[in-house]
Amino acid sequence: MSRSAGQPMILIENVSKYFGSFRALDRVNLSVEAGEVLMIIGPSGSGKSTLLRCINHLEAPDAGRIVVDGIALSNNEAHINAVRAEVGMVFQRFELFPHLTVLENICLAQQKVRRRSRRESEEIAWQLLEKVGIPEQAHKYPGQLSGGQQQRVAIARSLAMQPKIMLFDEPTSALDPEMIKEVLDVMLALAAEGMTMVVVSHEMGFARNAANRVVFMDQGRIIEQGTPEAIFGAPQHERTKLFLSRILH
Amino acid sequence: MAIEHDQLIPSRPTVTWRTGLAQFPWWLVIILTIISIMVLRIIFDPIHRDIFITISQGLGVTLYVTVVSFSLSLVLGLILGLGRVAKNPILRNLAITYIEFIRGVPMLVLIFTISFAVVPLVARTFGLPNNAVSLTTRAIIALVLIYGAYIAEIFRAGIESIGRGQMEAARSLGMSHVQAMRYVILPQAVRNVLPALGNDLIAMLKDSSLVSVLGVREMTQVARLSVSTSFRYEETYFILTLFYLSLTLVLSLLLQLLQRRMRAKG
Repeated sequence: MSRSAGQPMILIENVSKYFGSFRALDRVNLSVEAGEVLMIIGPSGSGKSTLLRCINHLEAPDAGRIVVDGIALSNNEAHINAVRAEVGMVFQRFELFPHLTVLENICLAQQKVRRRSRRESEEIAWQLLEKVGIPEQAHKYPGQLSGGQQQRVAIARSLAMQPKIMLFDEPTSALDPEMIKEVLDVMLALAAEGMTMVVVSHEMGFARNAANRVVFMDQGRIIEQGTPEAIFGAPQHERTKLFLSRILH
Repeated sequence: MAIEHDQLIPSRPTVTWRTGLAQFPWWLVIILTIISIMVLRIIFDPIHRDIFITISQGLGVTLYVTVVSFSLSLVLGLILGLGRVAKNPILRNLAITYIEFIRGVPMLVLIFTISFAVVPLVARTFGLPNNAVSLTTRAIIALVLIYGAYIAEIFRAGIESIGRGQMEAARSLGMSHVQAMRYVILPQAVRNVLPALGNDLIAMLKDSSLVSVLGVREMTQVARLSVSTSFRYEETYFILTLFYLSLTLVLSLLLQLLQRRMRAKG
């Protein structure tokens, strides 16, 4: 695409977003390099999910500029679809399509958006199901799978579009504790392959093992950012300290 | 203390002949008995048999009007339902205007208005004579225009019952709004509203009797014509009732079977 060498993969400039009179994002600036694994933490209502959802225009910012892989996100429908094709998203509640089998879930957008043949899309789907470790579930419906399995299918569904960026919106928050690891393992493998990732999550294990940078948000602003060691080991701001003292037992 | 302990343990629910009797579908037995008595009279009494044969000549038209009208109102209902949930305010308001208009007027009045005012008006603007459209066609047009509005509301409810996340997931995979509707939202919405659509099919079967006022020779009209010369009110209207009751009963049992099968599938 139009991104030149040295340009960031995601560029967020002065982005603000209001819900009614509530200011969800307040002049946020952030850039993410290609291959970087960025983690966003913060209390609920701090704007971290909203920021993530602005990157693929599920929320339209009220002010500011977002450039993804060299494409400026405007209200231009063609630009938005171009960006969405490059950006995969994983939701807290999986959002698999319940009327389709696992295999069909992974194939649908490949066929309708990427215009791949049935054979080609199924081949890719099988490879991805191997990768996330559940090929034996291919012909089941999402409702027959555990939460962890569903989330792994959701990741496979996004990867099938061969995105350059993967967004994760609290991917383990809706999971039973014993299923969190199987999802995190898939995410760790993805990070190791060099995928550009933006992850909204409080999984400290993932942060220490995979994140290059941690961003702390509160009240719609980025309060501080740095390496996981710096943020968790020696936070500079009072609000960061307070937040971390609450989530790290 | 032993007595108190016994009281803490709830008595095990036992299937007695009492609960068995209470759960038996007696209503079905009663209805089937009434139908059987009527059927016996039709078999053994020549007067009843003649009336039965007369009314059965309208059965084809009743079924034809019902099936054609219902199929077309599904199409109109889907279009109006999609308009009803459209983001475009012009489309949405047009759909709401139509739906509220139809739902605010009695069905019988609408059948007269559409058949004798709207259809001739449209026919005239296309330079056609007043009698260019047959009465059966007018009846179908009227039923479709009316039921389209009611079915639109069913589709709207179905679409709105699908969580926002499904649309977001589809869009985030790069699908257009239309693709997301077509492949993700509508298949789920339609499945959710199948019971409601089934109810409307039964209602359509019953409401098809209203087009007898147009002179369409469906069962009710045939019965009315027959009665006007035979004066056998009791026999005729009881047998007419039997026809509708049997049809709706069979239809509702078929729909329940279909639903059970779909539920079993997943």
